[in-house]
Amino acid sequence: MSQEAAHHGPPTSFIRKYIFSVDHKVIGKQYYGLALVAVFTGMILSWLMRFHLVWPNAAIPGLQSLSKVGAPGGVMTPEYYLSLLTMHGTLMVFFVLTNAPFAAFGNYFLPIQIGAEDMAFPRFNMMSFWVTFVAFVVLMSAFFVPDGPPISGWTAYAPLSAVGSDAGPGLGMGQNLWAISIALFCIASLLGALNFISTTLDLRSKGMTLMRMPISTWAWFITSCIALLAFAVLLPACLLLILDRIAGTSFFVPGGLMISDRLQPHSGGSPLLWQHLFWFFGHPEVYIAILPAMGIVSHILINSMRKPLLSHRVVIASMLSIGFLSYMVWGHHMFLSGMNPFSALVFSFPTLVITIPATILTLIWLGSLYGSRLQITSASLFALGFISMFVSGGVSGFFLAQPSIDIYLHATYFVVGHFHLVMGVAAIFGIFAGTYFWFPKMSGHMMNEALGKIHFWFTFVGTYCIFMPFHYLGLAGNVRRYSSFVDDYLQPLLPVHKFITIAAFCTGAAQLVFLFNLIYSRFKGAPAPDNPWNATSLEWTVPSPPPWNNFGDKHPVVYHDPYQYGVEGASADFIMQDSPEKVPVQS
Amino acid sequence: MATTVHEPPMITEQPTNGGGAPPAIPPLEERLRSVSDRQPEPARTGIWVALAAIAMSFAAFTSALIVRQGSPANDWQHILIPRILYFNTAILILSSLTLEIARRKTASFIRTQGATRGQAMAWLFATLGLGLAFVTGQYVAWLQLRSEGLYLSTNPNSSFFYLLTAVHAIHVLGGLGGLARVIRRLAPATPILRKSTMDATSYYWHFMGILWIYLLCILVFKL
Repeated sequence: MSQEAAHHGPPTSFIRKYIFSVDHKVIGKQYYGLALVAVFTGMILSWLMRFHLVWPNAAIPGLQSLSKVGAPGGVMTPEYYLSLLTMHGTLMVFFVLTNAPFAAFGNYFLPIQIGAEDMAFPRFNMMSFWVTFVAFVVLMSAFFVPDGPPISGWTAYAPLSAVGSDAGPGLGMGQNLWAISIALFCIASLLGALNFISTTLDLRSKGMTLMRMPISTWAWFITSCIALLAFAVLLPACLLLILDRIAGTSFFVPGGLMISDRLQPHSGGSPLLWQHLFWFFGHPEVYIAILPAMGIVSHILINSMRKPLLSHRVVIASMLSIGFLSYMVWGHHMFLSGMNPFSALVFSFPTLVITIPATILTLIWLGSLYGSRLQITSASLFALGFISMFVSGGVSGFFLAQPSIDIYLHATYFVVGHFHLVMGVAAIFGIFAGTYFWFPKMSGHMMNEALGKIHFWFTFVGTYCIFMPFHYLGLAGNVRRYSSFVDDYLQPLLPVHKFITIAAFCTGAAQLVFLFNLIYSRFKGAPAPDNPWNATSLEWTVPSPPPWNNFGDKHPVVYHDPYQYGVEGASADFIMQDSPEKVPVQS
Repeated sequence: MATTVHEPPMITEQPTNGGGAPPAIPPLEERLRSVSDRQPEPARTGIWVALAAIAMSFAAFTSALIVRQGSPANDWQHILIPRILYFNTAILILSSLTLEIARRKTASFIRTQGATRGQAMAWLFATLGLGLAFVTGQYVAWLQLRSEGLYLSTNPNSSFFYLLTAVHAIHVLGGLGGLARVIRRLAPATPILRKSTMDATSYYWHFMGILWIYLLCILVFKL
């Protein structure tokens, strides 16, 4: 095994061990912790928005202290609603859906699953986390500047995001902080992707062929390839945006733009250019969020079914296809942007094509589940929940992929329901599944299964109660991004909104069960054995938690494919990858 | 039921001696790609991955330039690029040549095949000097443009000129940092330079040269 670049000794000080650590496992936990802070912050923001949507004139206790201008007397202004919307989306997409399934679990388990001692470039790895952390701090500091966070949404559409404070609150310093934060996040993600790819290609242990890598490792590897090229485009886009904002260039701002009775000092820029650059990143980002979850869920389901999926190779080929096609579909976010209708047709076709590998994956999961004796654990429940959310959210994607339908639905809650289910909630179910499955390895303690199952059912039912009615609202013409629904035609829909808001509060509260379980189990949970799930991959061959160099002084040798479950004639119903036990060849 | 069963390979563990002869390759199932037991070095892989990301970034800048050029505002104003850029180009190409010589001398020194540390260091310092001269030359080009009243925000052409040259110069400075690291590791006090580090640095540097020629074409023919 080559460990040329992964040499580092055991940490000798508190700072080296827990803060500026180069150990991929510590960095993975740091990413997870950051994602946890981000997800609860984002969730609280969604609570504030949902409350305001249905009780627009009610004061929210304490909100005034967050922003006197944005919430005078505790009542949110429409602009502040948009500020919270921007921060919710940015936190969730970047700091949760990218960080947790990819950076957190990938950092912790990719090296162990391929039998490596650490990442290829441990110092870059440490830098990657800390740049992400700084990006988070910079983003959150937008809450504490005079005009608050930006109102341009997580997509920061130009020219609104590029013209400065004339266009509204949050578009001065708040928008600068947003752009700097995302640029930093891009740099961190590029460093992370570089590490993941190099580690996977170069540091696999003896016998670990590419096809012997677990599906989760494949998912992280493919995701890192996507991230490498996607963030490499968003970074220049952010640089151009920053220059438009602070250096007076005109990349995205057209000429003759009058805002607040002031002629903007720009000429000839193209707002559509921002959308192209952003969505060239933005659509692959959907798969950066969902592919790791697909890998994690596959890894867990196989273990719970005690049998491999119908085809290991087809699963990998499907994920590769999704990764490849993810670069050809960005224009389907722009059907309403005014681009050439022929372009819409061109982008619609691959959007429909990408559903084929996604459907193949789903059919393989369902086909493998058929007739299996699934072990019901919190992890496997969340894995099933992932499939459910992915299918429910994905089906609405068929409609939105067609320009003629999307034009009607694009600015409505139908789209909100679609992307929350297929990307947001599905990926979060993947994160939960991964947490319940790998927590024993990461902490050395078992999580409470009863609390895990309670958490699952409340979350599963709750998320459907929140996001399925969004589709109905969208079909009824309920526009999104409005801070209240005062128009007559929207009044009949308010009861649905109230139901959604109450469901959001209940589902959010159920997450406290998870948080309690996480903290309680960390300190009081039953000690975890090395391999509590009788699993086959290499992470279960090391102690729980693993030592700083993962495998001690040994270099693991891999003899088997990753999922040798239910092998007839074997000494147990599973054979670990590093077991030299002879496997009988089936006739 | 498992679908990928096979005979486990017979593997004889061999002691590793930190760079000596690699242990035997485990025999694997026929339909699986056999794993060579080479010692892949992440620095070499990593640099190609990094170059892919850098290439993608400049592709994004290029597409932005093309879109901006086609703006209906018709504010695309051709600018004559400073002549010193041609001189800078020659310097950067020359630096690639000196680095290639340095790389070969370093490899020869590491393998004790004739070259001395001093020879390798001399060519590395020559490359470092040429690299610094290139960046200084780019700065002079910016000063010339400024003296003509062309600033970053004057028109889209000047915006792209400053943007592309500055982003490239930042990457060149990164390459100079890599060269300084190679020199430091080749120094007698810290003789721990790996050939892969030297190779990775040279790949990066050559890529900067190719990238600059591409950018020069953009600057000459598009701006």
